Amino acid sequence: MTPKVQIENLSVHFSKTEAVKSVNMDVDENSVTAIIGPSGCGKSTLLRSINRMHDLVSGAKVSGKVLLDGESIYEKNVDPVLIRRKIGMVFQKPNPFPAMSIYDNVVAGYKLNNRIKKREADEIVESCLKRVALWDEVKDRLKTSAMDLSGGQQQRLCIARTIAIQPEVILMDEPCSALDPIATYKIEELIDELQERYTIIIVTHNMQQAARVSDITAFMYLGEMVECGPTSKIFTTPENKQTEDYITGRFG
Amino acid sequence: MPEKTFKRNDLLKGDYIFRLCTLLFASVILVILVVIVWQMTKESLPAIRKFRWDFLVSSDWNPVDGKFGALPYIYGSVVSSILAIIIATPLGVATALFITEISSRRIGRVISSLVELLAAIPSVIYGLWGIFVMAPWLQQTIQPWLSDHLGSIPFFAGAPYGVSMMAGALILSIMILPIIAAISWEVILAVPQSQREAAIALGATKWEMIRISVLPYAKSGILGAVILGLGRAIGETMAVTMVIGNNPQISLSLLAPAYTMPSVIANEFAEATSTLHYSALMEIGLLLLGITLLVNIFARLLIASISRKQKGGVH
Repeated sequence: MTPKVQIENLSVHFSKTEAVKSVNMDVDENSVTAIIGPSGCGKSTLLRSINRMHDLVSGAKVSGKVLLDGESIYEKNVDPVLIRRKIGMVFQKPNPFPAMSIYDNVVAGYKLNNRIKKREADEIVESCLKRVALWDEVKDRLKTSAMDLSGGQQQRLCIARTIAIQPEVILMDEPCSALDPIATYKIEELIDELQERYTIIIVTHNMQQAARVSDITAFMYLGEMVECGPTSKIFTTPENKQTEDYITGRFG
Repeated sequence: MPEKTFKRNDLLKGDYIFRLCTLLFASVILVILVVIVWQMTKESLPAIRKFRWDFLVSSDWNPVDGKFGALPYIYGSVVSSILAIIIATPLGVATALFITEISSRRIGRVISSLVELLAAIPSVIYGLWGIFVMAPWLQQTIQPWLSDHLGSIPFFAGAPYGVSMMAGALILSIMILPIIAAISWEVILAVPQSQREAAIALGATKWEMIRISVLPYAKSGILGAVILGLGRAIGETMAVTMVIGNNPQISLSLLAPAYTMPSVIANEFAEATSTLHYSALMEIGLLLLGITLLVNIFARLLIASISRKQKGGVH
């Protein structure tokens, strides 16, 4: 079986600094891959190159390959908009659209690609909010502003908004770093459930979180992929000395 | 000798004096406003007493007979300003979007400084250009065409004069374009990058990103920009006076000459020899002041209500 996402020899430059240095990584379908490493190691940069978010940043240059189902996404004839519909993203800070209601936030992305009727939208909102376990908390106030929700609820709303467009891969960039422990716990539970349908790549600062949610863990340091393997192995018997030092808390 | 207590010393008095000074200077602004309003009200009293509400609803302005009805001026000011807003808002917002979202940084900088330059042009220059270039051009090209083809619609009925409501609205729209563009541009720049990323990550194209994340986030600020433009348009005197035709009539037709409140003040203050004429001009001034104040207050209330709805939206 070919991996869902293949990263081949990927480097990312910002003007003169090289943030990611020829990284190779394979991600299997319906797996959770955690990318860990100290601040500034390039883990977020790597994640953002998987759905071409660097296209927004002038001065960012990506070289090497990212393959989705064996198809290279950085080719000239590839439309990044279509890539991002298959590879969704959840950000560090919850970023719902403040001018929209909870309801409209959920269907915001879906509505871009499809003309939908009211009933269909209702169904999508309900099923997506149920999947992120937010339905019971908000079903009576779907038309109120998304900004009235707590941070954890907002983040789950953002995940609902992402899965509403039915992506195949979900990228999560430190999705819990702005949340309290209970909200974090809920997101982690959610990741577990989402795994059945989606391939998830999560960047996290929190090593316990990586250990809890992921099947595969990749350790990055100074822009390089130091080690990548089954999470249990990385956390018990890492091959690399740097990895061991990091996970045992000797640095980072 | 340094004292070793925490008693107030003379040095701290400097702070007190400074506070008093700033308060004094700040209150000067308020005093000026109050004095202006009071003075104008006082001077308008003869006209207010004589005409009452008739002043606002009558179209008869005849200084020789001592009749003063301000409706044509109010109509001219309101309609020309609203038309100017209708023309300038899409242009200004599009300019701002081009600078912030589409163009490269270098081209954006060139365009934004050009827009700022547009704001620095004295209004009499706009008027001069309007009366010698734009109005004749309108009279020879656009207006005859409109009159011939769409003349059955009241908005385009009548002979093409060149100087007209249309010319006034166009010149005003050019003049308020820089305000709308510059403020919208700053407001759009202030939209957090996370909002753009949210839309892009949902598979939005550039236009869709602008539509679902940038514009909704910036809309209260853009509304503020538009209202500020409206305020400027209502008060603008020189350029409009030169191109609008200065004919105190109420005509639906955009081709017909009109008259505005600032224009009549500017044109007639020197010949207002009778008390009543002078007083009527003062009352128009008072009205103008009132309208601009109301526009501003309304804008602030509107913006405040939208910001309340969006509270917490700023990260």
